[in-house]
Amino acid sequence: MEKMPRWADVVLIPLISLLLAAFISALVIIAIGEDPIAAVKLMINGALGSTYGWGYTLYYATNFIFTGLAVAVAFHARMFNIGGEGQAMLGGLGVAIACLYIPWPHWTVALLAAIVMSGLLGAAWAAIPAYLQAKRGSHIVITTIMFNFIAAGLLNYVLVNVMRPAGSMDPASAKFPEPTHLPTLHDMLTPLGISFSKAAPANVSLFVALIACVLVWLLIWRMKLGYEIRAQGHSESAAKYAGINPTRIIIISMLISGGLAGAMAINNVMGEAERLVMNATEGAGFIGIAVALMGRNHPFGVVLAAVLFGFLYQGGAELALWTDIPRELIVVIQALVILFTGALDNMVRMPLERIFLALRKERN
Amino acid sequence: MNATANKERPETAAPAIELRGISKAFGPVQANKDISIRVMPGTIHGIIGENGAGKSTLMSILYGFYKADAGEIFINGNKTEIPDSQAAIASGIGMVFQHFKLVPNFTVLENVVLGAEDGAMLRPTLAKARASLTEIAREYELHVDPDAIVEELSVGHQQRVEILKALYRQADILILDEPTGVLTPAEADQLFRILARLKEEGKTIILITHKLREIMEITDTVSVMRRGEMTATVKTSETSPEQLAELMVGRKVLLRVDKEAANPGETILVVKNLRQFDDQGVERLKGISLNLKAGEILGIAGVAGNGQSELLEVLGGYANATGEVTLKGNALPLSGSGANGRIRRESGIGHVPEDRQQEGLIMDFKAWENMAFGYHHAPEYQNGMLMDNAAIQKEALAKMERFDVRPPNPALNAKNFSGGNQQKIVVAREIENNPDVLLIGQPTRGVDIGAIEFIHQQIIQLRDEGKAILLVSVELDEIFSLSDRIAVMFDGQIMGERMPNETDEKELGLLMAGINEKAA
Repeated sequence: MEKMPRWADVVLIPLISLLLAAFISALVIIAIGEDPIAAVKLMINGALGSTYGWGYTLYYATNFIFTGLAVAVAFHARMFNIGGEGQAMLGGLGVAIACLYIPWPHWTVALLAAIVMSGLLGAAWAAIPAYLQAKRGSHIVITTIMFNFIAAGLLNYVLVNVMRPAGSMDPASAKFPEPTHLPTLHDMLTPLGISFSKAAPANVSLFVALIACVLVWLLIWRMKLGYEIRAQGHSESAAKYAGINPTRIIIISMLISGGLAGAMAINNVMGEAERLVMNATEGAGFIGIAVALMGRNHPFGVVLAAVLFGFLYQGGAELALWTDIPRELIVVIQALVILFTGALDNMVRMPLERIFLALRKERN
Repeated sequence: MNATANKERPETAAPAIELRGISKAFGPVQANKDISIRVMPGTIHGIIGENGAGKSTLMSILYGFYKADAGEIFINGNKTEIPDSQAAIASGIGMVFQHFKLVPNFTVLENVVLGAEDGAMLRPTLAKARASLTEIAREYELHVDPDAIVEELSVGHQQRVEILKALYRQADILILDEPTGVLTPAEADQLFRILARLKEEGKTIILITHKLREIMEITDTVSVMRRGEMTATVKTSETSPEQLAELMVGRKVLLRVDKEAANPGETILVVKNLRQFDDQGVERLKGISLNLKAGEILGIAGVAGNGQSELLEVLGGYANATGEVTLKGNALPLSGSGANGRIRRESGIGHVPEDRQQEGLIMDFKAWENMAFGYHHAPEYQNGMLMDNAAIQKEALAKMERFDVRPPNPALNAKNFSGGNQQKIVVAREIENNPDVLLIGQPTRGVDIGAIEFIHQQIIQLRDEGKAILLVSVELDEIFSLSDRIAVMFDGQIMGERMPNETDEKELGLLMAGINEKAA
């Protein structure tokens, strides 16, 4: 007997969590003497009120879909991959290598190569913690966090000492050549007669992210490998009984996870910056954790949660731009959403379960 | 206040415990329905019922773990509220749980005082407890060394520590929940002698069990529970096991398994000198050798934890060992990538594991997903790169219907089935994949009588089809009623083999305790 209907788990709990986060955020905004209603209006307008806003919201959402899927896949094997940030940084390096050193004839081939390279480097970055977990029992949470710092250090070194063009003062790679530039939503929608902001960074990577969602869904729920990943995640002792090799599943699921996080770089590095800069990931790897939690580790849920966080990012930026609400407070609001939807999930869940049980009893 | 003071209660016949109209529901499940029961002082009162009948819930209410939705509790004729276990202890109720609540690295004395320390300093309490334990030991002939470390005691003695804990807290009413589940027959007999002695001294005992034999052996009165209701309370001397079984299940039950004599064919599985060390370097299997013929059931008897689980794991392909195992003349790998549960299945060894919840099933998987578990690489379940879920679902439904799994709904998660039906899912999966050898561990643990009957029939039928079956069970009754040959395991070794009609419970009990009289 389930404790409550599925719709309550999937829709009601996140919604209530969000409202609670919004309520506390409103209190904070009132406390610093601003008008919360006006702030919400500004966020909605800024993020969803124009194709420019949508362009940014979807751009951020694309990042979060990749990192959210990464966390979700690992989580099905009960691996908590906190290293999406580092893996995405390495993915950026992969994109830069693919775009800078090989003359591509057309962006389509360049994109394919960039996906492969970023995925490979992201996976490689996840491989070491995965190996340490599977063979040595080093906790994946600790090692992946540490690998985020190592990735930042490595990128710093590569940008300053290897990729920085001679004479430049900026720790960044050279601009990627023209044929590797990805079409933006503006480029893609204009031929269809739809006008879309030219300045917004959302690009073809969004569709790659959506394809990745479908592939992850097929993997987890339709393929033998996904079946084994889920079995291992639910019960390692049962998995062993069934002849599933835990080491293999831990490593493979982490490789897929790292590859997905790495592939995020086709959006932010290849699609937006068109060169590799320091801290290109902007915390998307960590947001992926909240996205996966809120999306219940389901690709479809991940898309919805990613769009929500894209909205928060873009709306937050607008707030910082147009009001006296400081940039730091935007981070507070985002943190509240993560806190309520992720960490405090049980706070909403328990009372709701009790209510549903009581309701069911009434009916009987 | 000490234990002797309580003996001076008036000789009026107020029941030691009386429950009136107790009801308790968990969500939509009515665990106890309007239960009334009177337990007279100085008697042993049995409560018998299948798993999930509500016995444990009722006792948890009495011990203050749950609050009843309705009903009243009277202790020695006085209406009593029992909001928590402290209140239960204060009312003179002691509970011995199925799974002991002991600190393994504490001494007996430390365990006894735990939770009943008097002041900040431990020494006076320990001194008082030591005196009190000596007194109790003398009075009830309940001897345990107070300075022994609990984890070094045998299971039987650990259970005595639990009883001592209750007596130290001046319990007059002792509730024992499935106390013999972990004991050898000899240890169970000792326990019963202790219980008889406690009864003589005027204690009231409630014995919860699903074993009819124990009820018949030791209780004065017995109450039968079925589906949350108390179906009958009868004097033990006026009833029979058959009648009790019928009351428990609600229909006539065959307590004996009907089977023809075995017709063993050629030897299929040969095990030679199997040795295994665990992670701590302790030798779990100390040179096991046995062989198994087609068309026979070899029963492995023994107290839990003497290497039976390891033997099943090694044969099932998911634990490493050294030695030799040959199946129809082919050596099976005992370590490396070939020692794998799936590969073992492909070579013809099916396995119903001892622990269906931790091993046999993924509780959060749907029944149909579980029906392919371990066989998910089978070609008939594939559709190109994807799994053919439709085919798996169709087969799962058919198997569930053939094995009478209730409800026959493959879309339900495994955890939503009762223990017996979960076990039927595992048994259906392993039998229907048509193995040459079936390993089957504790086939009916936590399974209701109706399902036991069914599962036993399936095992016999498989034997009659000429398959070889290795049965591991801690229930001697089950070993006797199914096996064509019995091997007894103790401390990682086979103590001896007997034919079921040439041995008895006493001899097997000695073998299970590591005593081989014939060898001596």
